[in-house]
Amino acid sequence: MFEDLSRKLEGVFKRLRGEGKISEANVGETLREIRRILLDADVNYKVAKQFVDDVKERAVGEHVLQSITPGQLIVKIIYDELVSLLGTSNVEITISPSPPTIVMVAGLQGSGKTTFCAKLASHLKSQGRHPLLAAADMHRPAAIEQLVALGEQLDVPVYWESDASAVAVAEQSIVHAKKNARDVVIVDTAGRLHVDEDMMKEVEAIKSSITPHEILFVVDAMTGQDAVNSAKAFHERLNFDGVVLTKLDGDARGGAAISLRASVGKPIKFIGVGEKLDALEKFHPERLASRILGKGDIVTLVEKAQERFDEEKAITLQAKIRKAQFTLEDFLQQLQEVKRMGPLSQVLGMLPGMSRLPQEATIDDNALVEIEAIIQSMTKEERQNARVINGSRRKRIAVGSGTTVQGVNRLLKQFDQMQKMMKTLRKGRKKDMLMGGLQMR
Amino acid sequence: MGIFEKLTFTKLKDGLAKTREGIVGKVARLLTTKTTIDDELLDQIEEILIAADVGVDTSLKIIDSIRQRVKEERYSNAEELNVLLRDEIQRQFANGSAGLQPNLLDLASKRPIVIMVVGVNGVGKTTTIGKMARQYVSDGKNVLIAAADTFRAAANEQLEIWAKRAGADMIWRPRGSDPAAVAFDALKSATARNADVVIIDTAGRLHTKVNLMEELKKIKRVLQKQNPDAPHEVLLVIDASTGQNGLQQAKKFCEAVGVTGLVLTKLDGTAKGGIVLAITKEMEIPVKFIGVGEEIDDLQPFDKQAFVEAIFAQ
Repeated sequence: MFEDLSRKLEGVFKRLRGEGKISEANVGETLREIRRILLDADVNYKVAKQFVDDVKERAVGEHVLQSITPGQLIVKIIYDELVSLLGTSNVEITISPSPPTIVMVAGLQGSGKTTFCAKLASHLKSQGRHPLLAAADMHRPAAIEQLVALGEQLDVPVYWESDASAVAVAEQSIVHAKKNARDVVIVDTAGRLHVDEDMMKEVEAIKSSITPHEILFVVDAMTGQDAVNSAKAFHERLNFDGVVLTKLDGDARGGAAISLRASVGKPIKFIGVGEKLDALEKFHPERLASRILGKGDIVTLVEKAQERFDEEKAITLQAKIRKAQFTLEDFLQQLQEVKRMGPLSQVLGMLPGMSRLPQEATIDDNALVEIEAIIQSMTKEERQNARVINGSRRKRIAVGSGTTVQGVNRLLKQFDQMQKMMKTLRKGRKKDMLMGGLQMR
Repeated sequence: MGIFEKLTFTKLKDGLAKTREGIVGKVARLLTTKTTIDDELLDQIEEILIAADVGVDTSLKIIDSIRQRVKEERYSNAEELNVLLRDEIQRQFANGSAGLQPNLLDLASKRPIVIMVVGVNGVGKTTTIGKMARQYVSDGKNVLIAAADTFRAAANEQLEIWAKRAGADMIWRPRGSDPAAVAFDALKSATARNADVVIIDTAGRLHTKVNLMEELKKIKRVLQKQNPDAPHEVLLVIDASTGQNGLQQAKKFCEAVGVTGLVLTKLDGTAKGGIVLAITKEMEIPVKFIGVGEEIDDLQPFDKQAFVEAIFAQ
């Protein structure tokens, strides 16, 4: 399946390659393919449609028009949008300043609530907390026994009652936690269908009786189109705080996560990646975005697109250098890009031509912050034309950047030398110089 | 006629009754603004199919053949399109093997019948087994359940409760035992006591876990040592809310143990379970049962007509 899809996309790109500019038709084809990939990954059809439309709107703007490879750039936009839609990583659960923190776990049958509760207890225990598990699933046969057995495995106490209402068990578990100095209570509730009115009332009642600090909705990563319906229904009743995506150790692409984010907007806080009790992981939006788009293929395409994008910028820059139009503005931009690549000493070593620069023109890592500050304290005119920077301007820049006039002078001298270097170098290996290795990632 | 046909369709019908419009109503509504069956209408039908988890591939195939037939057979109004739709979707089932009907176990010819129940985690295997055992028992059959999920905490306890409800006996071993040994014991014991049916519960496992799939193969092998025909039936349980991954599940379980039928569970929610269309078509496995609730009687024989209606009900 994956092979098929990536081949298809490759096909689309092959057709796009060599076409200078974007046309409605070729964006359309790419977008149709993307919509299909999203649908195959179980993203809700409405969400997929909206998403593709949004991307199209964005793609029609200058981003794509500037580009030399429109199709790839669209994919990059899509990937970026997916990542941003999926939210941020490392969203922890709310810990109440006055213990016990109450965490309530809810979801459909078989989504993996009980296993998640145990994993969360284990996770919190490893952080030095003292969790208590509460068995408030009074419906499923042997649900209590399951939680008790898991608690034993983890050496975490479990509060349970055999003949009580779920609400009573939840309430009593809090009392029990306070008495026994447990600082987090994890309340496991019965799995229920969102259309089961009695059961939904029960889960609401549990919520209002214990007012949890954190309510987590557990969703199976293999869920299809219906994820939106169940999530919305649970959200209406519980206004949950976060989502747990389970069973991601399989090969489901997890598009339900996109549907959930788009429909209820709550962050994904944890992912479940196995049956062992330590198989709970923090959520990484980039990984899930790649997975939804289909293994690593898309990521590679995205990276290629990024390279091409940078190359395009580099070409513009090279043209400027050739015409000796390299300005402080360009210099700042380059520095910022270089900074993203890692330690300067290493990066500069990779650049052909750079080793030939005189000693004074090289930059050390610590100086970078200072240089940025200085250039940023200049006016637009000054950045375009360094020659206008006289004594009083230097003084102003020094004050503005929190540096000294000597510092400003040093930078201007280095810049001057760089410009001279470029004039000489352009007669030599212009193409390899400076930007040859300057590609992100 | 077999035992399962005695059941009524009340539950599913109740579910459908909420919005009784079904295909007829919905398509009719789509057609109120239209005089002919055009691409836009077909796109809307495609959307309904996709929303039911039928998947892009299968949906497109269905739409393509409808488009073809509309052209060739000159269909034009809503009523005709209803017929066409029903026919095309039901055809997905019929195009498979001849067994794509509510397939009933022939109890008379081979005893005990061995039924192995497999699936990924949390789809409702144990619950399905409880319900299935109940039906056999109420039909006067002697049922033995094998608790071969020796992995999950309290799996034995859960199954035991269901076995008691159903009035069936159960063979089990402590947690962590070899599941194949439990299955072997169960078949041996069933043969000795002349039981009619042995139902083997297995641990939920993701189809991508090689070791666990090997474990499943081993269970099948040890059963075959006692009876080369066993298991007579391997049922794959699919949760109705499952998306496109269901097809991968079916493929991998088929490869490992040769699935003979599907059970579609949790159809009492809003999920339509459309992925079984893709599975039944591609893997040529019939859908045998549907689960529509948590009560012991909430297992029904699969009825493709009702299923198609349900896809188009809101």
